[in-house]
Amino acid sequence: MGIQERLIEDVGLRRGVSRLTPEKIEKTVGAVLSGETGARLQAYSETCMRCGLCAEACHFALSHPGDPSYTPAGKVHQTMGVLLKTGGRVDPDFIYGMAQLAYTECNLCRRCVHFCPIGVDTAYIISVVRRICHKLGVTPQYIQDTAHSHSAVYNQMWVKDDEWTDSLMWQEDEAREEFPGLRIPLDKEGADIYYSVIAPEPKFRTQLIYQAAAILHMSGVDWTMPANPGWDNSDMCMFTGDFEMMGRLKRKHFESAQKLKVKRIVMGECGHALRSVYDVGNRWLGYSYPPVPVIHAVEFYWELIDQGRIKLAKKFPGPVTIQDPCNIVRGKGLQQKLREVTRFLVDGDIIEMHPNMEHNFCCAAGGGVINCGPPFKNVRLEGNVVKAEQLRATGVKTVITPCHNCHGGLHDIIHFNKLGMELKFLSDIIYECMEKPEA
Amino acid sequence: MNAAYEFVTGPLAWLAWGIFLLGSAWRLSSMYQLAKKKDAPSLSYMSWGFSLRSIVNWLVPFNALGWRKNPVMTVTTFAFHIGLILVPVFLMAHVALWTEFFGVSYATLPDSTADILTLVVLAACLVFAGRRLTQKEVAYITTGQDWLALVIVALPFLTGFLAYHQVFDYPVMLIAHIVAGEIMLAAIPFTRLSHMVFSAFTRAYMGSEFGGVRHARDW
Repeated sequence: MGIQERLIEDVGLRRGVSRLTPEKIEKTVGAVLSGETGARLQAYSETCMRCGLCAEACHFALSHPGDPSYTPAGKVHQTMGVLLKTGGRVDPDFIYGMAQLAYTECNLCRRCVHFCPIGVDTAYIISVVRRICHKLGVTPQYIQDTAHSHSAVYNQMWVKDDEWTDSLMWQEDEAREEFPGLRIPLDKEGADIYYSVIAPEPKFRTQLIYQAAAILHMSGVDWTMPANPGWDNSDMCMFTGDFEMMGRLKRKHFESAQKLKVKRIVMGECGHALRSVYDVGNRWLGYSYPPVPVIHAVEFYWELIDQGRIKLAKKFPGPVTIQDPCNIVRGKGLQQKLREVTRFLVDGDIIEMHPNMEHNFCCAAGGGVINCGPPFKNVRLEGNVVKAEQLRATGVKTVITPCHNCHGGLHDIIHFNKLGMELKFLSDIIYECMEKPEA
Repeated sequence: MNAAYEFVTGPLAWLAWGIFLLGSAWRLSSMYQLAKKKDAPSLSYMSWGFSLRSIVNWLVPFNALGWRKNPVMTVTTFAFHIGLILVPVFLMAHVALWTEFFGVSYATLPDSTADILTLVVLAACLVFAGRRLTQKEVAYITTGQDWLALVIVALPFLTGFLAYHQVFDYPVMLIAHIVAGEIMLAAIPFTRLSHMVFSAFTRAYMGSEFGGVRHARDW
């Protein structure tokens, strides 16, 4: 049992490992452990009583019953545990397995937090392992490609500067047929709202920008989108362990908002981006909390509904279920607002999955796992049998989830397990049901 | 035998308590210095309210999700730690020693209760050992350090029980018991037992981060 017995061929990992020597590994591990970690890692590694309670927490472990190498503590045991015990004196082949495990078998979802009496943060430990892998140059090819894109063009999907504004103007043009007078205001100084998205939206989910523009327009919101880099709030560098680049991305994002003197950043329906902007990236820059107030789309829609600014022509036919995205429930406590927004939009019951809210199971796509690409798709699907069972047990046809990763992950789970369910963003439903001008 | 008793209750006891108290203080202060130097972003989130919220919620049996999903371990852990603290501190014979040496006296446990609690602690140690041997997810991650901690904790209770019931040679067993207790005290700062010193802080940090940043329960 263990990662070495389930290695998957990946060009990025293979090439990275081929360049390693034991000396380089030892030096890099030592540099990260002594330079970038301290009391937190030491206390965790010393006080973890190896009680195994966390085995019950992890969807990977629950989906591989009888294989302890998938448990949170088991994963730390095979990675950081070995590095600490050997002082980094491990061979390159070990690094291959360590990287595969850290990037593809842990979603950094932090569900194990609810199971550890001591308060060990496994996601933090696995993040440090990823940091070491990044510094060793051993990262899966697909996610590294997105990290390269971030460093070249400040967005995740190689969207060029002119393609960005072009996509926005294209969506504006399209939408004006349905909503005369609609604008996607670019670089509007002093706007109330700076709307930011992840790069997959202009790249291949452009209708989400259309829908957001429609909702903001009909709600009479004073808003803007930036015309220049900084618009992408996503962050694969946070997940590869390239924290320097994460810092550059977040600085660009915050400064883009600050230059426009906006009151708040509203983020589209994405979980990991919230983690980066609200929780992790800001810390790297030295801000305990983001320097520009940041809210997630769920909070924003909740506010608009609360103020009576979203008017529905009809309700969406239920019943539905809700997939709680880890990064907005365990990351910002938005589970109640998500339900209140859903109740406002849906005519019919919300059939809950159990466990749910803060105790939800991850979609197995988050934490950069889906971004590691096709070689590791089955790791996610076989590693999340529990989610498939949860979904099936609801018996509903519609799953609402305000997170791109959850969409990607659940899409694959639904097809793989032939569940016949459809996935919706909140904005899909708001757009579909809201009052629209007479055409 | 008298000389041996004098030694283990005299110089050796001072040494064990010294290592325990000074060692714990040193570990705590050096860990705090390290945290200030390397984990400043983490320290900046520490909050009394959220720390206590987290600690209190985890101190209630079956309150945290992890407790609810592992009922056997919950009962065992709580029973074990309650016995582990109550028996050494409130045992009549121990309080008598405080009185004899320092003139200090306080409430005691009836011997019969202490006897039962001792058996509870030993039974819990057996459960812990059994889990390490038979439950795959525990066996997989168990190290020598974990066995060491378990043996160090079990021995004072085992020898104490045998001494109290005068099994084998009483004076020998008594001295073995005292030495075992002293080993445990001295081991606290430097083995897995250091979670006695550190876990309040790791718990507090998790509570602070979940309360202050993530606005979510961490239990």
